[in-house]
Amino acid sequence: MDTNIANSNLKSEDYFINMGPQHPATHGVLRLLLTIDGEIIKKVEPDLGYIHRSIEKMSERDSYQQIVHLTDRMDYLSSHINNEAVCLTVENALEIEVPERVKVIRTIIGELTRIASHCLWWGVMGMDVGALTTYFYGFRDREMINDIFEETCGARLTMNYNIPGGLMFDIHPNFVKRTKEFVAHFKTKIPEYDKLLTGNVIFQKRMKGVGILSKEDAISFGASGPVARGSGYSCDVRKYYPYSALDKVTFNEALKTDGDSLARYEVRIQEMWESLSIIEQLIDNIPEGDYKVATKAVIKLPKGEFYQKVETARGELGVFINSTGTKNPYRLKFRSPGFSNLSLLNHIAVGGKIGDLVASMATLDLVIPDIDR
Amino acid sequence: MSYFGDIYKGIKTLLTGMSVTGKVFLNNKNNSITQQYPDNRETLKMFNRFRGEVVMPHNEKNEHTCTGCQKCEIACPNGSIEIIWDRQIDPESGKKKKMIDKHIYHLGMCTMCGLCIEACPTDAILWAQNYENSVYDRTKLTKVLNQPGSKIMPGVED
Repeated sequence: MDTNIANSNLKSEDYFINMGPQHPATHGVLRLLLTIDGEIIKKVEPDLGYIHRSIEKMSERDSYQQIVHLTDRMDYLSSHINNEAVCLTVENALEIEVPERVKVIRTIIGELTRIASHCLWWGVMGMDVGALTTYFYGFRDREMINDIFEETCGARLTMNYNIPGGLMFDIHPNFVKRTKEFVAHFKTKIPEYDKLLTGNVIFQKRMKGVGILSKEDAISFGASGPVARGSGYSCDVRKYYPYSALDKVTFNEALKTDGDSLARYEVRIQEMWESLSIIEQLIDNIPEGDYKVATKAVIKLPKGEFYQKVETARGELGVFINSTGTKNPYRLKFRSPGFSNLSLLNHIAVGGKIGDLVASMATLDLVIPDIDR
Repeated sequence: MSYFGDIYKGIKTLLTGMSVTGKVFLNNKNNSITQQYPDNRETLKMFNRFRGEVVMPHNEKNEHTCTGCQKCEIACPNGSIEIIWDRQIDPESGKKKKMIDKHIYHLGMCTMCGLCIEACPTDAILWAQNYENSVYDRTKLTKVLNQPGSKIMPGVED
């Protein structure tokens, strides 16, 4: 029998499977159409739209104060930075100069958001490659930041703390104390992260040389954030186009040149250190002053086009507003980092195994509502 | 050689990781954040700024401070607040005055953005810190914030 099969010119055919939309490793409702040959991936086609809520179109209906709360629901892990992006765009268009106090508070909370996002990513990343403990450790440390946010902003995830012209209310009296506690606590925890996961041989074998992205490809796919910096493409918006109080602090841009999953992982671990250093530089001297400048109840932007980019935990978020001088934007476009980073998934996953796809997708740190908007 | 070297390194890093988890396991009082909800309902207190739901405080004379200016209704991004108002004769001045009939709040639609409370000029609506908002019937999520028979506190103007 066996010889018959060997002689009968049997061809192998491609096999399609759906990964998602309800798959734990896709971190949301992302559907991947995989074309596989055995376990080798030949093509990955992301299928989007499962959580599309037309945030850009809804923004055309809303006033500029109301748009801010919609951005919480895009990249929910860096919601404060999204809010900040819209507020900065509106403030630039109105030519308002916000008080120094607002700038510093925005930067501190932004960096806390980045750490919280990376904490969650680290936990989930470990879980994706089979280490369940990291999930609990990442959430344990993120919980402290969530408490800070809950006390100061009123919510744990969708904070909506920024308004055009400043902040909704002043920081809570406990904010500085709690943030310092967290910084001291978290400084002892990142080495634990390294011990637990980074140095682990099994983890390194899963990550090293998997999902390689060259610097040229990172640029041509429009990658940004830790994904691009893992490939040696220096693109930190905080460094090149500093906003808020980021021009007053010194920090190093985390950069790795390997371009594989481990490099992207290390960039994020490094970024947590840098964020801690930024918070430490600012937390002791929050300037006194108002927490907002008075704006008109109905904000009307001047006629024209306005653009502002910020660095979220995932990369470059751009907000483009085309205004015709009315109280709503004529067109509002978000350039989200997740969408560009997802586009290179096919490029880095082809030729690898399904397990490698999960590992490299975890290092892209996709947030699906950010991609679909 | 490298095969056995790998095994050695694997076991070594595994033990390094387990030293971390072991420390957390043995030294649990500083690291544990587990909350035994719902057993801790009595002691679980939310922060003062926590956004649970919008409420309208009334004083003991069943009076609120809502003037019916509708600023919260305009500020709300998705129409969670509806104000039904009419002009009634104010018993003090004898003039016709805008007063609320019903301040309707759809908790099921509310995104907890806080813009209504920012917009309110008389602090008539505030955040409550309750966190158990789920009900079996969604019509119960539509609430009338002003109590029946309530009226505006004397002396409150926009």
